[in-house]
Amino acid sequence: MTATPATLAAPAARAARRPARARRPGGPGSGRRTAGRVLHDVLVVLLAAVVVGVPLWLVLVTASKTTAEAARPDLSLPTELALGDNLRQVISQGEVLLALGGSLLVTVPAVVLLLVLGSAASWVLARRTGRWNAVLYTVGISSIVLPPAVITTVLTVRSLGLQGTAVGMVGVYTGMFMGTVIFFVTGFVRNLPIELEEAARLDGTTPFQLFTRIVLPMLRPVIATAAILTTLSIWNEVFYTFFVLGGGDTTTLPLNLYKVASAAQYVNNWNLIFAYVVLMSLPMIVVFAVAQRRIISGVTSGAVK
Amino acid sequence: MATTAPAPARTAPAAAGRAAAPAARRRRAVSYPSWMLWPAFAALLVFFLVPTLLNFVYAFTDWSAFKQGFGFVGTQNFQRLFADGSLLSSLRVTLVWALLVALLQNGLGFVLALLLEGDTRVNRGARIVFFLPVLLSPLAVGYVFQALLRPDGALNGVLGALTGSDVSIAWLGSTTWTIVVVSVVQAWKWMGLSMLIFMAGLKTMPTDVLEAARIDGASWWRTLWSVRFPLLAPAVTFNVATALLGSMNGFDTATALTNGGPARSTELLNIFIFRTFGQGLYAQATTMSLVLFLTVVIVALPVILYLRRRENVL
Repeated sequence: MTATPATLAAPAARAARRPARARRPGGPGSGRRTAGRVLHDVLVVLLAAVVVGVPLWLVLVTASKTTAEAARPDLSLPTELALGDNLRQVISQGEVLLALGGSLLVTVPAVVLLLVLGSAASWVLARRTGRWNAVLYTVGISSIVLPPAVITTVLTVRSLGLQGTAVGMVGVYTGMFMGTVIFFVTGFVRNLPIELEEAARLDGTTPFQLFTRIVLPMLRPVIATAAILTTLSIWNEVFYTFFVLGGGDTTTLPLNLYKVASAAQYVNNWNLIFAYVVLMSLPMIVVFAVAQRRIISGVTSGAVK
Repeated sequence: MATTAPAPARTAPAAAGRAAAPAARRRRAVSYPSWMLWPAFAALLVFFLVPTLLNFVYAFTDWSAFKQGFGFVGTQNFQRLFADGSLLSSLRVTLVWALLVALLQNGLGFVLALLLEGDTRVNRGARIVFFLPVLLSPLAVGYVFQALLRPDGALNGVLGALTGSDVSIAWLGSTTWTIVVVSVVQAWKWMGLSMLIFMAGLKTMPTDVLEAARIDGASWWRTLWSVRFPLLAPAVTFNVATALLGSMNGFDTATALTNGGPARSTELLNIFIFRTFGQGLYAQATTMSLVLFLTVVIVALPVILYLRRRENVL
């Protein structure tokens, strides 16, 4: 199919919704349909409450308990509200602010580099033809499928003198996720009409101006998608930070969570571990709350091509 | 020059109608400058391609933290890992886990997509709730479920209250079943993503085909299995591929939940790599990393290609 990613989730989906509802089971009688609908809603609410609600509830109540009460984590309400104390303790002793700084220092430059370099390359890859271009594109997107070689990546970072630094981590993430960005943006550019670019060319615009003034503004939806996917992946990534940042001064929120949860003074201090989890998850949940529609259409756009 | 060019599909409609083709072609060749490619490919080369190639070199050395320099030792690392059982055990754990996660995540995601398909307010809210775990750090998810699944944890507490007796099942203490529990947790984290993608697939279906099925009197189930599910092929491909690839590279959830235990029965390849690297046995870790690479190439790629072909047939 040749639908552009942006059209997939929003308008097409909305157009298809009405018949989907008409097909719902429940028989012809309108009384049965409403009864079925109520049953369906009750089932959905129960399922959401048990499957997702219970684990999240456990996090919230445990993060609000005192250490003694949280030693055996259960679903009961705290007898004494200690959330503020727990958050303060985690922030002062758990190096949360340092880790937050590190997470930002790694995530922001990596995502910016991925988007800037990736979209420039994708435009050229999408518009050029020929065998070499096809080979380059295949190499470009190979990192989506092939697992990165973690130990030799560390070796490379080390030999560049970047071990334990945010710069090294940014480089590793840029290499790891470049394929994803190239895949999304190239697919999107291929579905853009070329006429607009050609008209601008006749006016004597240089290729670079053409890219920044004409092409880049049209890429906004797919860049948003790629930004969301890479930010989410990098923000929560921990495996590579162990290897690249381990032993250095820079730390990130997940890396620090591991340290905090493994440290002797925190073992079984579930209230502090979960207070940390609350703090660490907030940024992504806030971003999701703000850009919910964008994220859902962005996440789904890659799948249904 | 322009006449000898292979002149492949210059399908751009604007170019087709143009008489001065040679000039236009020559200009086109320089109008997508190569320098815009190089920075992205430089990052790929240094941080992805070179390490991947080096993997094939260092897996055959005795590189470690305990000596200066390194020498080539042939396939000795493979032989040792094979002989002490780690290679097959980690490989088996990883494959079982990847398969279970792919099945559970997509099975649950598919059921959720069907359940929450209708555009009602309750469904919209539920979709957001089921997507929340996707946003959480997998490491955090691991800790949450560790607390939930402890012998004295919340799940046994609830089960005990329901049955009226003391329940103390060691959910994370079985060398046989804990891998299943860990896979369920990973599937829980990602099922919201599968759900969204199946939902997008269900909504972009050609309405005339569905209409035809309805007129022919096909039941809801019949329509689902004979019409809608086959039409979901692209979404199935994407979901199975991402679940397989993602879980073969898995690490965080299992580390936080079990740290590879009990008795290494949930030790994924990446957990093994992490552990041996920490012990300074760099060559062994590199060898396992190569095993992971080859496993993905051998197992995951054919699966993806098969699913892709199935899409074309339908």
